[in-house]
Amino acid sequence: VSEGASDNVIGMARSGYFDVAGAAPPHPAAREALAAALADGWADPTRLYTQARRARQLLDAARGATAEILRVRPDEVTFCANGTAACHLATLGLLEGRRRVGATFVHSAVEHSAVLHATRWHVDRGGSAVSVPVDRLGRVDVAAFASAVAAPGVAAAALISASHEVGTVQPVEAVAGACADAGVPLFVDAAQSLGRQPVPPGWSVLTGSAHKWGGPPGVGLLVIRTGTRWAPPFPSDERESGRVPGAPALPAIVAAAASLRAVAAEAAAADARLRALVDRIRASVAATVPDVEVVGDPTDRLAHLVTFSVLYVDGEALVHELDRLGFAVSSGSSCTSSTLEPSHVLVAMGVLSHGNVRVSLPLDVDEAEVDRFLAALPDVVSRLRAQSGAVGL
Amino acid sequence: VTELLDCRGQRCPLPVIALARLMTQVPVGAVVRLLADDPAAAVDVPAWCRMRDQEYIGSPADDTYEVRRRT
Repeated sequence: VSEGASDNVIGMARSGYFDVAGAAPPHPAAREALAAALADGWADPTRLYTQARRARQLLDAARGATAEILRVRPDEVTFCANGTAACHLATLGLLEGRRRVGATFVHSAVEHSAVLHATRWHVDRGGSAVSVPVDRLGRVDVAAFASAVAAPGVAAAALISASHEVGTVQPVEAVAGACADAGVPLFVDAAQSLGRQPVPPGWSVLTGSAHKWGGPPGVGLLVIRTGTRWAPPFPSDERESGRVPGAPALPAIVAAAASLRAVAAEAAAADARLRALVDRIRASVAATVPDVEVVGDPTDRLAHLVTFSVLYVDGEALVHELDRLGFAVSSGSSCTSSTLEPSHVLVAMGVLSHGNVRVSLPLDVDEAEVDRFLAALPDVVSRLRAQSGAVGL
Repeated sequence: VTELLDCRGQRCPLPVIALARLMTQVPVGAVVRLLADDPAAAVDVPAWCRMRDQEYIGSPADDTYEVRRRT
């Protein structure tokens, strides 16, 4: 296959791709760094020979670059297998580190399922958990969160930086203040906002996922502020300061750091453009599709993400039909989940869960593709409604 | 309760479509009791009422929802 042909295939796969909240296409900086690190950084960085020293230099540089962007110390930055593993380590490590204080974990009702799975693990082993509700826009109730963390026996708390399903930005700073007043460490899952928006201060543990910001899949980020009572919840070794065992995915980590640096540099310019495109989607969907609910906060939100639910339409059918027309979107409807349960985020918000579509735009999204999507959607919806007899309701 | 609508065994959006269809056939003020065991109905029936300006009365029992025709 010639160079030109493979570029063409990559280009074709990109058009109409509106699911960067699931996985962002690799940033060119990531691809370049990955190739270079595979050539140069394959050795085990803990060994004592030349090749290992080179690998260690690359790992240190990736850690340093990541720390600089996050404005933390390099020794606070740890790399792990993926965003899910990072959420598990963050949650269970804080609970382990503070087990003498108590066994209660406080979290918002709209955390990523990885945090909820770790919570379930904790509860199944005798711990307890408090889920703090959100409003119709998906924003957590700060007063309820503050009173939950002030209760006796709370070991740790978690708040997602911005909702991965509806884009609503969470009041991290206010919740961090309440946690500080209560002496409870706060874990912020910043998977959807890292590289896009600065993370508000006040957190003790922060996680991220490289393939959400344009890095390769297979790299999670776990940042633990100095002084935080965190202890490894699973077996560990001497790697990653004793926090994450086993050989790190060095080439992917190098690529993840390179892409984080690249997207962070582009973020401010991209933010305004993506924000305007999402405003256009919100307005157009509400105006051209009857009986639709555009959900999440219309202004205090992620720049690139919008979710809406279409009455009388099956979410899975909508995703398939849009795919047939060349659009990749995700859905929180129950028919698209393996458990056949609707998205816990939509349920917590009390918004329509069927016919749900999440659109999340790449940094370099083609405006014409967005318009093509908006032009196609009303017909897709009326066709699906006609098929299920949902006409004249 | 004026009408009983049994949609057990159906997956969303089918119970909501059936509810919407029946609502066009009952008089204003009538109460429809919907039986639906799809977990999505618990959020989708109240959401439908909000979007279509109908009155969601509540869920008097598991998998049971009551709605009054308002318009």
